[in-house]
Amino acid sequence: MTEQIKPFPLMDDAMINSLSRLTATLVLAAAPAVLALQPSYAANHYRIDPASHIGFHVGQAGDGAGISGTFPEVSGSFDIDRNDLAHSSVAVTLRAGSITTGQGRIDTFLRSNAVFDATNHPEITFRSTRVVPTGPKSATIEGILTARGQSRKEAFQATLVDEGGARMAFHVTGDIFRMPYGMGIGVPIYSNVVTFDMQLQGRR
Amino acid sequence: MMWRNTRTAYGLVSRLLHWTVALLFIAQIPLGFLTQATAQNPALQFDLYQWHKSTGFLILALAILRILWSLTSRKPKEPSGTKPTMQCAAHMAHAALLTMTLAIPLTGWAIASTSPLQIPSFFFDLVVIPNLPMAVSDSAEAIWSQLHAWLAYGAAALIVMHAGAAVFHAIRPEAGSLHGMLPQRSRR
Ligand code: HEM
Ligand code: HEM
Repeated sequence: MTEQIKPFPLMDDAMINSLSRLTATLVLAAAPAVLALQPSYAANHYRIDPASHIGFHVGQAGDGAGISGTFPEVSGSFDIDRNDLAHSSVAVTLRAGSITTGQGRIDTFLRSNAVFDATNHPEITFRSTRVVPTGPKSATIEGILTARGQSRKEAFQATLVDEGGARMAFHVTGDIFRMPYGMGIGVPIYSNVVTFDMQLQGRR
Repeated sequence: MMWRNTRTAYGLVSRLLHWTVALLFIAQIPLGFLTQATAQNPALQFDLYQWHKSTGFLILALAILRILWSLTSRKPKEPSGTKPTMQCAAHMAHAALLTMTLAIPLTGWAIASTSPLQIPSFFFDLVVIPNLPMAVSDSAEAIWSQLHAWLAYGAAALIVMHAGAAVFHAIRPEAGSLHGMLPQRSRR
C-alpha cells in the first residue's frame, strides 16, 4: 500500500479541510465584486444624452386630447452587450420637477403633491433587472420603477433605432398604471394608464 | 296633496322640485367657495371642482324641468289680503331665483368650456358633457369666473331674503301669508 501523498505534510486532514473550505468561501465572496467591476464581458457603457426625449400621454374621458408632455431632465446610462443582449442593463433618472405639458397650470398641478410631489420625491428612477430579447434589435426590459416613493416592477419595450460610432439610440415604449404610485388623482376623468414614448440616446 | 298646483297651493311636483333645487343650490354655494379656498391642497381642490361641476349640471337639468313645469302650471293665488307691493316683490324674487338657477350653472359651464385647462365635465363619472362652443382663452375664463362668482354670491343674498320672507310669513300669517312650500302648509 503506497503512502498517500499529502500536499501539506505538516497539516493533518482536518486542518486541510477547513483551509480549503475557507478558500472556497473567499472565492465565492469575491466573485460578485469581480463581476461588478466588469459589468458584462463585452458590454459597452453609454451615458444617456440629455437630448433624449421622454414623452408621455394620458387619455381622457370623451373625445378630448388628454394630456401629453415630456420630462426634459433625464440622466442615466446603459450597458449593451452586443453578443448577448440579455446581459445588457439600463438605469434612468427623470427629474419629476421638470415635467412639462405646455400648460403652466397643469405643470404646477403635476409637480404638486396632488401628483408627483416633486419637492419630496424629486426623482423618478428605473433600474432594469432583466432584459429579454424579443428580436435581433428589440427587447423587453423589466425593472423597478420608483416614483413618488413607491417602487414597482414594470416592463418597457425597447427597439434599437440608430447606432453609429459612439452613439446608440433606442425607441422605448411602455404603459404604466399610475394609481399604484399614489397618483390616481383625476381617474377616471383622466386615464389610469400613462403611455410612455421615449427616444433614449446614449453616448459612449 | 295634489300632483299639480291648485288654485291656492303648490302641488307635489312643484314642492319636490322647489326643495331638491333649493337644497342642491344652497349646498353648491359653499362648495363653489371651497374650490377657491383649497388651493393649498390641489388634489382635494381638483375633486371639489368635479363635484361642483356635476352638482351644477344636476341643478341645471332640474331647473329646466322646473321652469317648464311652472310655465305649464297655474300659479296659486295669494290670499286676498296680500298687499300688491308684497305680491310684486315676491314675484320678482321668484323670477330672479328661477333665472339664477339657469344663469349660474350656464356661466359655470362657460368657465369649464373656455378654460385652457379643458378638463372634461364627466357628470358624476357617468357621461361626458361636451363643452359649449366657445373660444378658449385665459381672459374668457377669467371673465366668466367673475360673472359666475358675482351671480352666485348675489343669489346667496336673494336666498337669504327669500327664506327670510318665507319664515316671516310663516310666523305672522296676518302679514299676508305665502302659499307655503312647507309640507304642513298643504291646502287645497
Ligand atoms: C347652481 C349652480 C352653481 C352655483 C350656485 C355655483 C356657485 C359657485 C361659487 C359660489 C363659486 C365660487 C366663486 C368664487 O369665490 O370665486 C363657484 C366657482 C366655480 N364654479 Fe360654480 N356654481 C354653480 C354651477 C357650476 C357649474 C355647472 C359649473 C361648471 C360646469 C361651475 C364651475 C365653477 C368653476 C370652474 C368655478 C371656479 C371659478 C374660478 O376659477 O374662479 N359651477 N361656483
Ligand atoms: C331655506 C330656504 C327656502 C325656503 C324656506 C323657501 C320657501 C319658499 C316658500 C314658502 C315658497 C312659496 C312662496 C309662495 O307661496 O308664493 C317658495 C317659493 C319659491 N322658492 Fe323658495 N325657499 C327656499 C329656498 C329657495 C331657493 C334656494 C330657491 C332657488 C334657487 C327658491 C326658489 C323659489 C321659487 C322660484 C319659488 C316660486 C315657486 C316656484 O316656482 O317653485 N327657494 N319658497
